Amino acid sequence: MALLEYAIIGGILYGIFFSLVGVGLNLIFGVLRMINLAHGQFIVLGGFGAWIVYQYLKLNPAFGIVLSIIGAIIIGYPLYWAVVPRLQKSADPEMLSFILFFGLAQMIDAAMILGFGVSQRSVPTETLGAGNIGLLGQTFPDSWWVAAAVAVLAILGLYLFLTRTRLGFATRAVTANRAEALASGIEVDRISLLSFVIGLALAGVAGVFIPFLLGSVSPSLGDGLTTTSFAIIIIGSLGRPIGTVVGGLVFGLGTMLMETYLPSWSDLVPYALLVIIVLVRPSGLLGRAVRQT
Amino acid sequence: MPSARPDQIRQPPLRDGIILIVVLAVIFLVAPKVYGNQSLLLVMMTFVALAQGLNLLYGFTGYLPFGYVGFFGAGAYGMSILVLHAHVPAIPAVIGGGIVAVIFGVILGPLLRLSGAYFSIANLATAQILLLAVANPSLTPLTGGPYGLKLQQVFAPGAAYLTMLVIMLLATVIAVYFRRSRFGLGLRAMTDDRVSAEMAGINIVRARLIVWLISAAIAGLAGGAYAWSISVYYPDAVFGTNISVFAIVFALAGGVGTVIGPIVGAILLYALYNAIGITVPQYFELLYGFLIVILVLFLPEGGLSLLRRRGVDVL
Repeated sequence: MALLEYAIIGGILYGIFFSLVGVGLNLIFGVLRMINLAHGQFIVLGGFGAWIVYQYLKLNPAFGIVLSIIGAIIIGYPLYWAVVPRLQKSADPEMLSFILFFGLAQMIDAAMILGFGVSQRSVPTETLGAGNIGLLGQTFPDSWWVAAAVAVLAILGLYLFLTRTRLGFATRAVTANRAEALASGIEVDRISLLSFVIGLALAGVAGVFIPFLLGSVSPSLGDGLTTTSFAIIIIGSLGRPIGTVVGGLVFGLGTMLMETYLPSWSDLVPYALLVIIVLVRPSGLLGRAVRQT
Repeated sequence: MPSARPDQIRQPPLRDGIILIVVLAVIFLVAPKVYGNQSLLLVMMTFVALAQGLNLLYGFTGYLPFGYVGFFGAGAYGMSILVLHAHVPAIPAVIGGGIVAVIFGVILGPLLRLSGAYFSIANLATAQILLLAVANPSLTPLTGGPYGLKLQQVFAPGAAYLTMLVIMLLATVIAVYFRRSRFGLGLRAMTDDRVSAEMAGINIVRARLIVWLISAAIAGLAGGAYAWSISVYYPDAVFGTNISVFAIVFALAGGVGTVIGPIVGAILLYALYNAIGITVPQYFELLYGFLIVILVLFLPEGGLSLLRRRGVDVL
């Protein structure tokens, strides 16, 4: 029984964190109708940010969050203007953006390897609290609780932004129907740009905790994180940032249960979930069809 | 099948196709005599075949298979297991590898219900599942698990080279057929306008399943011949995502939907990769990542579309 409790509580913490991993990808898809296939690479960049903050600036790696947000602004603005408007005008924005961001992912991967090497970098877990916090007799390192707490705050913040502010209303209007939003005077380009930068920032913030949750950060993690994020946001239904939480929890619990009972096959979890969900319910568990096939 | 008469649509003459196939065959038959590194030429042919197989699917139906390498790996493992456990001779085993890939294609057929990026990502996930399955230590008796397989008892580099040549030419012949036939025309009509194509009597579901299986067969055959030629390999060598990536980049760079595009793209870029990519592969990765971005933004129809814009008809 203790094993099951450990798997379930661990799965919930892990899952909440992975909601944060996926939510940026979902926001960008919802608003821009583009798939940021370099999402995982931006997460890894956030992880390296935390490592740099710890290793060279001798600060608490949590300052990586600030660095990620600044990085998202510095990278996001020029990147958006360089590629997005041109893609929106193309014949098939969704598929072409998919390929383009894939190329970008390759560039970031290569640049990271040239810059940091292929080795895995870790940050000592004590930097986010040396203790373990227990619940129902099961203990987890402080860093897991911090990661889950930051994830909850970030997603709650996004939720409040989308439901309580004018810009948030406009963002949801663009998500629901781009053409009508444009017709009703919403500055669609500005909203898209903002969502793109927020999406990258969320990826970077999630990345800060990657060295703690996955043990280390290395350039090779990017593609796997992209696929995992995609699985999570499809489970929670594409284009609905808040639904990502459901996807994260399903993924977290699935992974932890597999790691507890069938460890040699636990790597399969995100891929198997992805294929099953996509075939059984392409609109996600929360099921509002966002696109017609 | 479409009601339009073939002569109403500009189609490249058959002569061009025959010339192309002969030229390709001669190049790769003569090259090993001039250039000593036969294994490099074999890998080049492998990528020509893969880029062409991917082009059949993406260029003619719009489905971009990110997990295309799954069929390649399935063919490699299918061929090897037939040789090692059933003692089948190499060439029938390569064909067996193709059949294994087709069987996987049938199993994965439901993926075709998905469209666009959904299909691509789900396909990538299935290739990852195959990789994790064959590399799983609990399957070591059958697949060698993470330790890979050895096929030294059938080692015959010359015969493997010729087999790969035949597979590459087969892929080219099929591409020529797609460019010239009513079937290919129907496929294009499907991609352009699904509903009208359906109205014109094209059985969309069946047509794209056929293309999917042909494309799977080519990758499976290529995988089988590749396994035969390298003889000793680990799961990553035949299931690595970078194999799909190369096939996609090569096909896109030359131009999908044409016959020559993927061939030119694969030969030029693979040669470039060997010139600059072997010692520090990241420089090549950086370069082709950039190439993809530029192609999508400025030349979404590939390098050969530069010629087409000038009115040169490209096969």
